[in-house]
Amino acid sequence: MYRYDEFDAKFVAERAAQFRRQVKRRLAGELTEDQFRPLRLMNGLYLQLHAYMLRVNVPYGTLSSKQMRTFAHVARTYDKGFGHFTTRQNIQYNWIKLEEAPDAVKDLASSEITSIQSSGNCVRNITSDQYAGCAKDELADPRIYCELLRQYSFLHPEFSYLPRKFKIAVTGSPNDRAAVAVHDIGLRMHKNEQGEIGFEVLVGGGLGRTPYIGQTIRKWLHPSHLLTYVEAILRVYNMLGRRDNIHKARIKIIVNQMGIDKYRELVDKEFELTKNGQLKVPDEEIARIKAYFAPPKYETLKDIGPELDARRKTDRAFDRWMRGNVVEHKVPGYAIVTVSLKAPGRVPGDITADKMDAVADLADRYSFGEIRVSHRQNLVLTDVKQGDLEQLWRELFALELATPNLGLLSDIICCPGLDYCALANARAIPIAQDISRAFSDIDELQRIGNFTINISGCMNACGHHHVGHIGILGVDKRGEEFFQLTLGGSSDQNASLGDRLGPGLPQAEVPGAIRKIVDTYLEHSEPGERFIDTYRRVGIEPFKASVYGAETAH
Amino acid sequence: MSLLKGGKVVADTFVDASAAEAIPEAGAVIVSLEQWQKHRDALLARGTPIGLRLHSDQSPELIADDVPKLALIALEFPKFRDGRAYSYARLLRERYGFKGELRAVGDVLLEQLFFMLRVGFDALDVQQSPDPVAAFQTAISDFSVWYQPTADGRPTAMQLRHHR
Repeated sequence: MYRYDEFDAKFVAERAAQFRRQVKRRLAGELTEDQFRPLRLMNGLYLQLHAYMLRVNVPYGTLSSKQMRTFAHVARTYDKGFGHFTTRQNIQYNWIKLEEAPDAVKDLASSEITSIQSSGNCVRNITSDQYAGCAKDELADPRIYCELLRQYSFLHPEFSYLPRKFKIAVTGSPNDRAAVAVHDIGLRMHKNEQGEIGFEVLVGGGLGRTPYIGQTIRKWLHPSHLLTYVEAILRVYNMLGRRDNIHKARIKIIVNQMGIDKYRELVDKEFELTKNGQLKVPDEEIARIKAYFAPPKYETLKDIGPELDARRKTDRAFDRWMRGNVVEHKVPGYAIVTVSLKAPGRVPGDITADKMDAVADLADRYSFGEIRVSHRQNLVLTDVKQGDLEQLWRELFALELATPNLGLLSDIICCPGLDYCALANARAIPIAQDISRAFSDIDELQRIGNFTINISGCMNACGHHHVGHIGILGVDKRGEEFFQLTLGGSSDQNASLGDRLGPGLPQAEVPGAIRKIVDTYLEHSEPGERFIDTYRRVGIEPFKASVYGAETAH
Repeated sequence: MSLLKGGKVVADTFVDASAAEAIPEAGAVIVSLEQWQKHRDALLARGTPIGLRLHSDQSPELIADDVPKLALIALEFPKFRDGRAYSYARLLRERYGFKGELRAVGDVLLEQLFFMLRVGFDALDVQQSPDPVAAFQTAISDFSVWYQPTADGRPTAMQLRHHR
């Protein structure tokens, strides 16, 4: 993985020192809260319902075992002994004291971790495929370009006060696990007619109160122009994006108001003037970064499928986990393992400091000391020898990190909701807990098959509810919490926004409604057909009727 | 308010008439875009340094051809969070070749000076600071590493890595 050189290390240390000074000025009353707010936000510090929340970047979801131990240290020293992994592959600490925040930031910096621009109206953490570099279906490693973008975006003097936040995601695989279509800029690596690898560039995707799927602004972009083209998009946005209304300030609004063709014209005009300037990426910089992402020293092994099959026949629990949480690796004899943070009744994405340390140890012993974070709030060990799978499973099982529900109904995305968040209208976590308890029979879940449930506690959509197969949105109706269901959302390469099923339901009725939706799916599905495909084939009506009864369905 | 140039507090040699009814007859003066468009020839004929003050919704593209005739361009930050002028500054310096004084005016706070200097501002009309010179020194010494090539010409980390 990428390691800081002298420049990166110095930069991050300087930023930590600057943040300490800013906090000192705030505590001394030299900065008003209004002046301090954007400064702390650009260092990832939010003021939430009960305390400050510190959001720390995991650039493109990749971290070392050492960094995971630092996360554990911060959780123990400055928080209540746990952390929460988010849909942006970051970690959040919910109980930070302002006075101690500079120390936490400094401790993180010593392990090459920052909270720079994890919030604020600037370019946020660059996200990517959690299987990057290891996936069998991958065309090229997106992390090289994520790192290029990370450095480019850090304290960009022109783009630190954009109209609104700005999120970029990159996928190197045609099977999009990074949800690039719902980002301000989505980058899809693919080959052009000459067989060269470049980027399809999407712009204007996003969720929140006005959700849009991103549109293609450029079909193919040469990697050396990645930064110049992104800069052109950002510059047009910075100059023309709306500043008068926070709810209309994202790039998706302007792209959809003027139309993608007009936006493209403005960007192309800008790009033509700058594309061969200083920002063009030299081959040697791509080569320099690429060297950091050289594959680990894999042993020459063969796949041991039959041997594993024999073991699976004798142990059903191991078999369920193999089927659920283990996927193919591009290197023979290795496998990619998802460490589930979705045990029944638990808070999705939450993990204690002790378990962080335990996962770090497992990464050292089984996966070259590297850990990934997925945008679906799980952890991943990407490089596990197939021969080690059973032993690893036993250890994960003992840690309650082996729930074999990857991509199944209880693998729920959930925002912190009203339990923590100052913006939320409703509690999201209890809904996730109710559903995962109601659907805790793994054999049943595996029979139901691929299903995503995404829960947000308000329309800001941190829980990506619009793009869940089932989306659940918490709303406040005269002081009471209700939950609005949507069906048919997806964030993959065939991204779509969910359709509203009907009026909001009280919390107690949500698990029952999910049950009815599942039953309706099982009734209508053809053999081997996923829920999303059945839904797209039969439409919303049967589901409406099952949840609300025949009279209200029309 | 203090006008900072080159790290020092200096006297303002311009009179800002951009919001005034009438433009002073003589001396260095700053006018609004409307005044410039209306009185362009007369202003050029008076032989004094002319400055132009642009609101944050007025792109310098509007006066790109006039850039060589202007001694000063002032870009407004109506709120420090309104970052349009950062782009305008780069366009003026890097695209339109503006060599005169580029002044940040409006809600100009010390915490943003670093960004302003990097995009090409060389004069800062700083608000409410007890010791603007000291604050300026802090702001410019916070960082010694830069990742983006911009108008100030500081070498980026990438350029230093590859000795370009």
